[in-house]
Amino acid sequence: MNKQVMSSNLLSLEGVHTHIGAYHILHGVDLQVPRGELTMLLGRNGAGKTTTLRTIMGLWPASQGRISFGGEDITALNTPAIAQKNIAYVPENMGIFSDLTVKENMLLAARSAKHAAQMDETRLQWIFKLFPAVEKFWNHPAGKLSGGQKQMLAVARAIVEPRDLLIIDEPSKGLAPAIIQNMIDAFQQLKHSGVTILLVEQNMHFAQQLGDTVAVMDNGRVVHAGRMQALAEDKALQQSLLGLAL
Amino acid sequence: MKLEEDIDTRPLLLVPVLALLAWPLIGSGSTWLTLTVAGLAMGMIIFIMASGLTLVFGLMDVLNFGHGLFIALGAFVATSVLGAMGDWTGSGEWWRNMVAVLPAMLIAMAVAAAVGLAFERFIVRPVYGQHLKQILITMGGMIIGEELIKVIWGPQQIALPLPEAMRGAVLWGDAAIEKYRLLAVAVGLAVFAVQMWVLGRTKIGLLIRAGVQDREMVESLGYRIRRLFIGVFVAGSALAGLGGVMWGLYQQNVVPQMGAQVNVLIFIVIIIGGLGSTGGALIGALLVGLMANYTGFLAPKVALFSNIALMAAILLWRPQGVYPVANR
Amino acid sequence: MFNRLISNDAPRSRLLAALLLVILLGLALAPFLFPGVKALSVAAKVLIFVVLVAGFDLLLGYTGIVSFAHTMFFGIGAYGIAMASNTWGPTWGSLAAGFALSLALTLVLSLAIGLFSLRVRAIFFAMITLAVAAAFQTLASQLSDFTGGEDGLSFKLPQLLLPSTEFSDAPFLGVSLDGRLLCYYLLFVIALAAMLSLLRIVNSPFGRVLQAIRENEFRAEAIGYRVVVYRTLSSVLSALYACVAGAMLALWLRYNGPDTSLSFEIMMDVLLIVVIGGMGTVYGAAIGAVLFLLAQSYLQDLLRLASEATTAVPLLSSLLSPDRWLLWLGLLFVMSVYYFPTGVVGRLRMRAAPVSSGVAR
Repeated sequence: MNKQVMSSNLLSLEGVHTHIGAYHILHGVDLQVPRGELTMLLGRNGAGKTTTLRTIMGLWPASQGRISFGGEDITALNTPAIAQKNIAYVPENMGIFSDLTVKENMLLAARSAKHAAQMDETRLQWIFKLFPAVEKFWNHPAGKLSGGQKQMLAVARAIVEPRDLLIIDEPSKGLAPAIIQNMIDAFQQLKHSGVTILLVEQNMHFAQQLGDTVAVMDNGRVVHAGRMQALAEDKALQQSLLGLAL
Repeated sequence: MKLEEDIDTRPLLLVPVLALLAWPLIGSGSTWLTLTVAGLAMGMIIFIMASGLTLVFGLMDVLNFGHGLFIALGAFVATSVLGAMGDWTGSGEWWRNMVAVLPAMLIAMAVAAAVGLAFERFIVRPVYGQHLKQILITMGGMIIGEELIKVIWGPQQIALPLPEAMRGAVLWGDAAIEKYRLLAVAVGLAVFAVQMWVLGRTKIGLLIRAGVQDREMVESLGYRIRRLFIGVFVAGSALAGLGGVMWGLYQQNVVPQMGAQVNVLIFIVIIIGGLGSTGGALIGALLVGLMANYTGFLAPKVALFSNIALMAAILLWRPQGVYPVANR
Repeated sequence: MFNRLISNDAPRSRLLAALLLVILLGLALAPFLFPGVKALSVAAKVLIFVVLVAGFDLLLGYTGIVSFAHTMFFGIGAYGIAMASNTWGPTWGSLAAGFALSLALTLVLSLAIGLFSLRVRAIFFAMITLAVAAAFQTLASQLSDFTGGEDGLSFKLPQLLLPSTEFSDAPFLGVSLDGRLLCYYLLFVIALAAMLSLLRIVNSPFGRVLQAIRENEFRAEAIGYRVVVYRTLSSVLSALYACVAGAMLALWLRYNGPDTSLSFEIMMDVLLIVVIGGMGTVYGAAIGAVLFLLAQSYLQDLLRLASEATTAVPLLSSLLSPDRWLLWLGLLFVMSVYYFPTGVVGRLRMRAAPVSSGVAR
């Protein structure tokens, strides 16, 4: 294997299969997530995108194949161990603890802080600028936030401490267009900070603005992988892969 | 369980409402006061025993039908320890009594915790996620434990008399209020305060509260929640042990079946309170304690049924208990 | 014809079929095959427990929920007969009335408990039934005017069932034809009817819905079956069988008290039998009951011998004391739930048909 090629990919999936009970969902997924870039994972409903993310995080064990992170094999690790490798996961349902305050949600995500005071103040200020709602509702129960604000809190939680990889599942789902634009701006800023991001999306507009690399899934496999630029320019390819052209 | 804003206050009123309703039925103010303090004391002791169980269920989704075993263990260990320290308990001085009682409590808690660790490892862990098997196996575990208690301490009841200085009552007007009951209320409040502090002000408490809501997300944030489970289970068992000591002293005797007997009351308490809620367990326990004492005075034959009627009434109002914990 | 009788629920294993046949014949001919008072008592107990446990299996094995109130209905059935005989005299009429009343009470109580607690979660049901059963047991010991309190009630049976009633002077095949014999065969007929009717129930569309609910409650509700209704019906039916078993117990013992029918030990026995015999099989109740009662009756003697033999090691000796029977029961129970969840029937069926045709769990 070309070592040069391998080390430029922070996360790599090779021939990953996942079974959930009797259902065979992933049929040999090959996915490369280059370091420092934002990789978009696209596909129709039911293509296996969420399953892929959950398999990476160890929430569903891979029945076959190999997942490596930073050159290390993480296929068989359990979820907390994977998260401790500095991978942050924002699930589709956001995973917000609604009975806890926004502050407590953030504190929970800050593994190295024992009290709120121990969280990195500078970093928090940066997060407040990206997501003003997080500062505004700091002491309120997170359940009181609107859908868009919860989404922002979910992402804020993922970056409260520096992480090497962010795995995010459909952050724009159900959000109003204005909020989506906020989200896009926030992600642009995140990208500049050098963190690697793997993002699942259905919103092509969102995807186009942010993606560097793109992988398209169908029926539990990655059927196309390449630069987002190339896909954005090829309407015919978009039509055949996703059934729509933008 | 909510902390800062929006504490749902209506259930808090249940306790004073029950107390006030009983007053006219009882008639005499001094009798009412005695019964109320007795009820609160009993309630506090039950709370100590129940709080562990409800947290274990809320966090781990494990229903331990054998919780009563730790209570019985604690009580029996106390009989051995206090029995061996006769000259300390026989003294009329408070501090001498405490020299006997405090170690009894600590040793009881330690033994219950140790047995709890084994119980979690060998009885509970193999059946995580399977409620039916949990019910069957934990029940089996309790039977085994109860029989082993009979082997070690004998099958008959053993007296557990109160130390000298804790006997007797203080007079408040016409009402005689037993000293031990006041102590029980104090200890119960202390345990509650410590639990609230841990749950509200420490990171571990934060983890527990979050884990009760969404276990998977807590793991995704990088925390080994399995270890937390074990910790909570062991803590719950230790608390049950402490409760056992206090219950034994309250009744002034212990029998091997006491675990199974108290189990029923505890289940009623956590159903009333809402599975997983500490605050709910406190309210439920106080209600049950008061109810048991009021009906014990007014209509002794229906004492246990009255608690079931209470549970039914509350379930009609809030089918998931007074403070239901989200997500299940 | 035979298949219709057992509702097409074949044993599916030659060994199992053979065992069941042996048990059936053994029970049918017990008075003749096993002379002696003790043996007949064990046989009668088997009949009673078969009905009690098979009814419980409907709830636990087929519907997937635990009820600790099963012994409560057992007690109601027994007290019904006992109190009727004491209050209205030992006639068939009064016994029938008592039985009817206990069935009615069972129906009402089980309906109330079911509708109330099954609305929310099956776990609530387990806890609530535990509480109600405990309360009932206390009540039974306290209302001594009605129930004879702790001492229980001794009562007479109708003329026909009394041991002193002889139907012929000469013994038949070594057994005297008296009322006791008749009583035994009455129990036998009831037990047989109960088993066959249960087989009918679990193999009917109703029974299949129960199993669907047990496997995936959410899906069953989504398809359109009101889960609460089915679960409540199942718990009511199960309670009724317990009530019948209670009546059988009272008829045989001519005595009933809180410990005879309401004790928690009996609940444990039921749980153990259903687990060892095999949950969700109905036949498991029969196999389990025979195994268990044989063991209980004769193994306690063994324990006594072992205990006496080890008096040199006091701890061992007290562990093996026959009074500590429950300890070994408990251990056996826990191990069965882990290692032996399909029970004897399940094991035999698996050996007979390696490509599993049974219910996947």
